[in-house]
Amino acid sequence: MVLLLTMGGAACGSKAKPPVARPQPPASVADNSPPPKPPAPPQPIAEQPISVPPIPADELSGRSIDDLNRDSPLKPMFFALDSAEVSGEGQQILQANAAVLRKYPNMQVTIEGHCDERGTAEYNLALGERRAVAARNYLVSLGIAADRVKTVSYGKEFPFDAGHDDAAWANNRRAHFVITAK
Amino acid sequence: MMTTRLRWPVLGLMVAASAVAIASPSAPEELRGDRAEAAVGRAGGQQPTSPTQPTPPQRTAVEVTLTGEGGAQTRLAVPDLIALSNDQETQDAARVIGEVLWNDLNYEREFYLIPRDTYKTIPSAASMDTVPFDRWRELGADGVVSGIVQRAASGVRVELRLYSVRARQSVFGREYTGSVANPRLYAHTFSDELHLSQRNLRGVARTKLAFSSDRNREAVIATVEKREVKEVYIADYDGANPRRITINRTLNITPAWSPDGRSIAYTSYRSGLPDVLISNIFAGTMENPTKGVGQNFLPVFSPDGSRIAFMSSRDGNPEIYVVNRDGSNLVRLTNNAATESTPTWSPSGTQLAFTSDRSGTPQVYTVNADGSGLRRLTSESYADRATWSPAPYNEIAFAARTGPGFDIKIYNIASGETRQITFGEGTNESPAWSPNGRHLAFMSTRAGRSQIFTVDRDGRNLRQITRDGNNWTPHWSQ
Repeated sequence: MVLLLTMGGAACGSKAKPPVARPQPPASVADNSPPPKPPAPPQPIAEQPISVPPIPADELSGRSIDDLNRDSPLKPMFFALDSAEVSGEGQQILQANAAVLRKYPNMQVTIEGHCDERGTAEYNLALGERRAVAARNYLVSLGIAADRVKTVSYGKEFPFDAGHDDAAWANNRRAHFVITAK
Repeated sequence: MMTTRLRWPVLGLMVAASAVAIASPSAPEELRGDRAEAAVGRAGGQQPTSPTQPTPPQRTAVEVTLTGEGGAQTRLAVPDLIALSNDQETQDAARVIGEVLWNDLNYEREFYLIPRDTYKTIPSAASMDTVPFDRWRELGADGVVSGIVQRAASGVRVELRLYSVRARQSVFGREYTGSVANPRLYAHTFSDELHLSQRNLRGVARTKLAFSSDRNREAVIATVEKREVKEVYIADYDGANPRRITINRTLNITPAWSPDGRSIAYTSYRSGLPDVLISNIFAGTMENPTKGVGQNFLPVFSPDGSRIAFMSSRDGNPEIYVVNRDGSNLVRLTNNAATESTPTWSPSGTQLAFTSDRSGTPQVYTVNADGSGLRRLTSESYADRATWSPAPYNEIAFAARTGPGFDIKIYNIASGETRQITFGEGTNESPAWSPNGRHLAFMSTRAGRSQIFTVDRDGRNLRQITRDGNNWTPHWSQ
């Protein structure tokens, strides 16, 4: 558990966030005590980077689910064209997401499978399904309970980026995480 | 009001309380062109492809040369109908019926429709006695459709007759009475009946298209991202009279008509997850043949309407399933680690075509309805959305990746040959055959946004059907 938390922190930390002094995880990460004052992970977004002395015990407590989804601790993972394979980079993202899910055991998520516009609307429904399921299967392989993770395919119906270039397409080929309970 | 009947011609209801055959008492003569020099051959001839782009008013020697010796095509004129009442509604109906009838008859390309602006000076006739046959003969018309619209107790009375210019007599006639609310339907009905009577052809003038659209510009509720809903719409085959079918403010896509035209099955995210819903559009009820089990997509009715093929991930991987409409007798048709998607039925209901990427890329396959006899049809870089033509054509149309986008191709099952009917103007996807197999509806971005178009099976006669918002995944009613 500690290891994974650390990995999660490292993954987040590598995302070019300001290197805030990270609080040391309490030595006794309890095994099964309920949310045991977990170590505050690095804030995903530098909201108030400095001089906020008491970091809330649970960063989720003060935020609505919509707020969380606007600035989610769960990062999307991206796919290659016409592919539903979880890449090495995708695995790192899913490991970080798994760490968050472990940290907040009440959190439930839906993984949305999305595709770029270059496939057909019909076949992309199947491809999006496979992407979402591939991401879910990897999370489950990391020990996340299957019943916490739902999937849904949106094909190419809801692009994140309305553009028609490589960057937009890459951004739209994703497994997108939506928090449904915390 | 008779609007209920008029509003839903797909039902196959007669337009009017009385639709009377009024062909002349003498044995109706088959109206055929007999003027080789005047004819425009179907195969290589020149035809107006759109009512907004008529051929030049006067035919030229070049046209005559181009027609060659092909079967002489009957030349029809459809002058304005005569309004026998002075009120605006009747006058408007007379104008609309003439215009729409010209378009309907032109659409099947079974007749050559003489452009309407070439005979504005020829007086319309209210009865056979006054048809100026000599003038029509001068114009080179083989047939002329004349008609009247008259105020009646229940709305209007519409009388339409096809006259043989050569024989100087009526060869086909119909009389309708009913509401004046949708005069287009009188034209559609007469066109279909004329095609059936004169050419034993099932016209599509009363058919409808179903499609999904974002034209209502509503946002999905309860998502952080801005997402626009898509709802299922229907419209006449020519795009007129669009009507919204679903109202649940989520994704409602890939609609498919039931054979009787009373129901539309579609993929709906109404519950939050994709599932197959059926809207009974006259009864105002809904069905869920998949009973909410798993996630289900892309439903299509079997030709007899009793079963639905669809794609589902209920067993962990996208596969093709068939279920009775009432939810009983679920059969899994494919069992493969690859992705199976987008089923469609053969006209007889004994086979299905679908998409599989078991070869590494999405390709169209066929399989018997019991799961046996798998056969790969396409060898494209990417092929999807097969649609199986009705008899007598034995063809499967599909969308094939031809570059950055897709084009519509048609595979001839007998010959194994594939031909292409769109050529890289935008992307062209989601083909769907018309019930008589002569036309395809499809989605294209050639006009900018995603819109529904129709085109004939030879790639000609392209028409844009939708213009409002974006519109996708058309399906043609029977």
